[in-house]
Amino acid sequence: MKKNLPIVFVCVLLFALFAVVQVGLSSGFISSYWETNIYLIGINIILAASLNLINGITGEFSLGHAGFMAVGAFAGGVITLNLGLPFLLAIVVGMLAAALAGLLVGLPTLRLRGDYLAIATLGFGEIVRVVMMNIDYVGGAAGLMGIPAVVNWPIIFISVVFTILLIRNFICSSHGRSCLALRENDTAAQMMGINITYYKVMAFVIGAALAGLAGVLYAHYYTIIQPKEFNFLLTFDILVMVMVGGLGSLTGSVVGAVLITVASAFLQSIPELRMVIYAALLIASAVFRPQGLLGAKEVSMNLLRKWGGVLNGSDGSKQAQ
Amino acid sequence: MEELLQQLFNGLSLGSIYALIAVGYTMIYGIVKLINFAHGDVMMVGAYVALAGTIMGLGFIPSLVIAMIACAFLGVLIELVAYRRVRPVSRLAALTSAIGMSLFLEYTMMYFVGAEIRTFPPGVLTERTYNWAGIIITNKDLLVLGTTVVLVVFLQFIIYRTRTGKAMRAVSYDGQAAQLMGINVNNTISITFFIGSALAAAAGMLIGMYYNSINPLMGMMPGLKAFIAAVLGGIGSVPGAMLGGILLGMTESLVAGFGGSMYRDAVAFIILILVLLVRPTGLLGKDTQEKV
Amino acid sequence: MNFRGKKGKPVALLTVLVFVLGIFAAGCGGGTEESSADGDTIKVGVNLELSGEVATYGTGIKNGAELAFEEINADGGVLGKEIEVLVQDNKSQNREARNIAEKLIGEGVVAVIGPATSGNVQAEVPVLTDAKIPVIAPAATAPEVTYDEKTDTVKEYVFRVCFIDPDQSQVMAQYILDELGLKKGAMMVNKEDEYSIGLGNAFKEFFTTNGGEIVAEEGFITSDTAFKSQLTSISSKNPEFIYVPTYYKQVGLIIKQARELGIELPMMGADGWDSPKLVSIAGAESLQDCYFTNHYSIEDPAEHIQSFVKAYDEKYGATPDSFAALGYDAGYLLAEAIEQAGSADPEKIQEALANIKDFEGISGEMAIDEKHFTVKDLSIIKLVDGQQTLINKLKPER
Repeated sequence: MKKNLPIVFVCVLLFALFAVVQVGLSSGFISSYWETNIYLIGINIILAASLNLINGITGEFSLGHAGFMAVGAFAGGVITLNLGLPFLLAIVVGMLAAALAGLLVGLPTLRLRGDYLAIATLGFGEIVRVVMMNIDYVGGAAGLMGIPAVVNWPIIFISVVFTILLIRNFICSSHGRSCLALRENDTAAQMMGINITYYKVMAFVIGAALAGLAGVLYAHYYTIIQPKEFNFLLTFDILVMVMVGGLGSLTGSVVGAVLITVASAFLQSIPELRMVIYAALLIASAVFRPQGLLGAKEVSMNLLRKWGGVLNGSDGSKQAQ
Repeated sequence: MEELLQQLFNGLSLGSIYALIAVGYTMIYGIVKLINFAHGDVMMVGAYVALAGTIMGLGFIPSLVIAMIACAFLGVLIELVAYRRVRPVSRLAALTSAIGMSLFLEYTMMYFVGAEIRTFPPGVLTERTYNWAGIIITNKDLLVLGTTVVLVVFLQFIIYRTRTGKAMRAVSYDGQAAQLMGINVNNTISITFFIGSALAAAAGMLIGMYYNSINPLMGMMPGLKAFIAAVLGGIGSVPGAMLGGILLGMTESLVAGFGGSMYRDAVAFIILILVLLVRPTGLLGKDTQEKV
Repeated sequence: MNFRGKKGKPVALLTVLVFVLGIFAAGCGGGTEESSADGDTIKVGVNLELSGEVATYGTGIKNGAELAFEEINADGGVLGKEIEVLVQDNKSQNREARNIAEKLIGEGVVAVIGPATSGNVQAEVPVLTDAKIPVIAPAATAPEVTYDEKTDTVKEYVFRVCFIDPDQSQVMAQYILDELGLKKGAMMVNKEDEYSIGLGNAFKEFFTTNGGEIVAEEGFITSDTAFKSQLTSISSKNPEFIYVPTYYKQVGLIIKQARELGIELPMMGADGWDSPKLVSIAGAESLQDCYFTNHYSIEDPAEHIQSFVKAYDEKYGATPDSFAALGYDAGYLLAEAIEQAGSADPEKIQEALANIKDFEGISGEMAIDEKHFTVKDLSIIKLVDGQQTLINKLKPER
């Protein structure tokens, strides 16, 4: 069993991070361009971590993440823009709507084998796009415009921490253990008395709800959402983050999301090559390191101790706690 | 009534395009048990190679042959680079690799030739339309349909009448056992990709000429539709893929012709999900039990 | 759900570490803000779709704008200063359009040209309005880009050189009713594209209120390539023409497939048709009896238009499409505004732009009205054997 870091230490670090960015933003040290990227990193962490819950932890293969995100974004947008209700309600409704979509999609399709599920969920993503385009209430193809821009750093920060805590706790709970068992061998898991459909759907619904959360944040940061944005390429971007970080590793998803978002910002000047590089990364990570940068490893006390030997003394002092 | 008939013919021509891609798709899936996402993109590469051929002044047949040969080797290379190592390790990693390969082909092509639509030089294929009692059909429709039928016969011959075909069937049935019986599994898979990719190239050229417009993303949707057609017909069954393609085309055409043009793709995916739930073996597929 | 807080820590720690790294990167990247108005050059941002879905529009505008600024600089620049053009690619995505706008603000630009499509312009507007930097949208034809009808507010910092969509639909509807005398129409609209939908709706309204009738309406989406089903269905309703307000990629396929089905009806459209590719996709023999509204025509014999076509051909070896003309006009319009403002201060440029009354561009003489709509003539172009002929120039009534 891994030994974890002391909670006080983590809280202090989290608070320090929060404060540093907050001060950076309000003092103007962080330019608005990078402010956007920091928010995008946050949203991408939520997306990558929640896709990882489905693809990495449960061992299913969903390609419908952009669809769930769209459901959340539009549901949230309707709440604040069309109905003028508070943002907090938008988050709740967005997550619930996405969870419901996850349930509707998950119940029939999760009985399918991995690669069929991939195509079925991909199809779901397309269907969501087409349906949104045909609903005038959510703006049709033009989408929603003028959604209140209420998302700020504290909201992003809290959402990211909430997402990671939720998934982390899920994995460590008995539900999560069941999901891991499914991933390793679903027939064996079934024989051990695990209700496979129940757990698959459960993980799928939680993942969808979190994608919905990301959608609500996205909608209330960019203030304009169009159905065509939530296409397969968006799911592909998230998949790259998950794969580069490591299928099954939550830490990996965070690292993957940060790396890919920052890389994307730097690849701005060579956009034609960006997708080529992503695709090559995806192939390379699947072929040479299916376990990703971090594999299924998580950052824990043990790992830090190992690093401590290599790195300088500051890590040593962390060990002392 | 005439309108309905015309819609069915429209569906037939759309469906034969799906069928044309689906026959190669289903063969590869039947043997490797891997959704070769890149199949539609190999088709796209085939269309571009053929376009290059026609621009250099080659005729229809020479361009077609060059495209087929080029893509056959591309297919083998794709299998070698992206699938061989990862196939036995993990299905999901293989699938991921396939998606990566699909996008890699699309965007590498876009990098070199741009996103702009290209068209075949006029005169490569003389177009004619026929009017049979009010039903209009073009020689391109007949060409696509005819090619599909020829390919189905050709593939059935290879699979059921040759030694290679026997090896393919053995690998498809049980790869490990086939290996124990002295069949070179990797070679057999390479041959499968060789043939399947050559067929994709042929499809690419025909479809490029059919619509007279090709672009680097042209393989994406047809590739998915072809997969749906293959599932509908029964994965691994070549005549099934043709049947599935035509049925899918006709369904889409009827949906689009009677007011649901927006939901054409959605209907296709719903068909996929229904088939997988109700009859996973498709129309002509064989029943196999999951082994523990 | 079982919350056991302690388990959450390791990952949370990593979040922290990674976020910290991200912020270091942020610190390195930002902070280059300076006002360029005081420097030796005037910095102008160009935010365009150079890759992705609509890369061709962005590329046309970029070529046009770069040609304009090159000529302006060769003539001694504006207010004695050279114009420095910063071109950025927004990948045809809303979020990138906004990110680029932020990046350009950081670079200290005095004005931004672009993006091409209405959606992408709307994505960047809030950021640029906050920074009080004017935007010239060369080709964003949706009315709401500059004017929000619901709240009756003008977006003060947004301007455009193109006409608005209702103008196109109105002129075309009038031409069909008055000149061609056709009363029964059908429409084919890209339901995924607000440009197409906007044009379609406006056309339907003008056409039906002025005595016409729409007997069939079909939709499709951008990735579609097979249109025979919809065309068969339209043809069974016996319309006298088909209005296809969408881009040349689909128009080419639609006209080709219609002619294959033996549908020889006139086809009508809008500025999205303008591309040499239309002829190569549909084939010259299919393009009979086709009409579309456009910003300008390369056939126009006016001297300034012909010299522009010539200069463009010398620089890029191609015929300029509408996007190139609009990009070129956007460049000159901005230069004119800076000249009139007598200063490169963004807010003064904004005031000057709002007062433009008779700017003579390639795409016509234009004035900017109180809703920041551009008032100008539209060209109606007829295709015969794929060849463009300028039929008429009309001013829309508003």
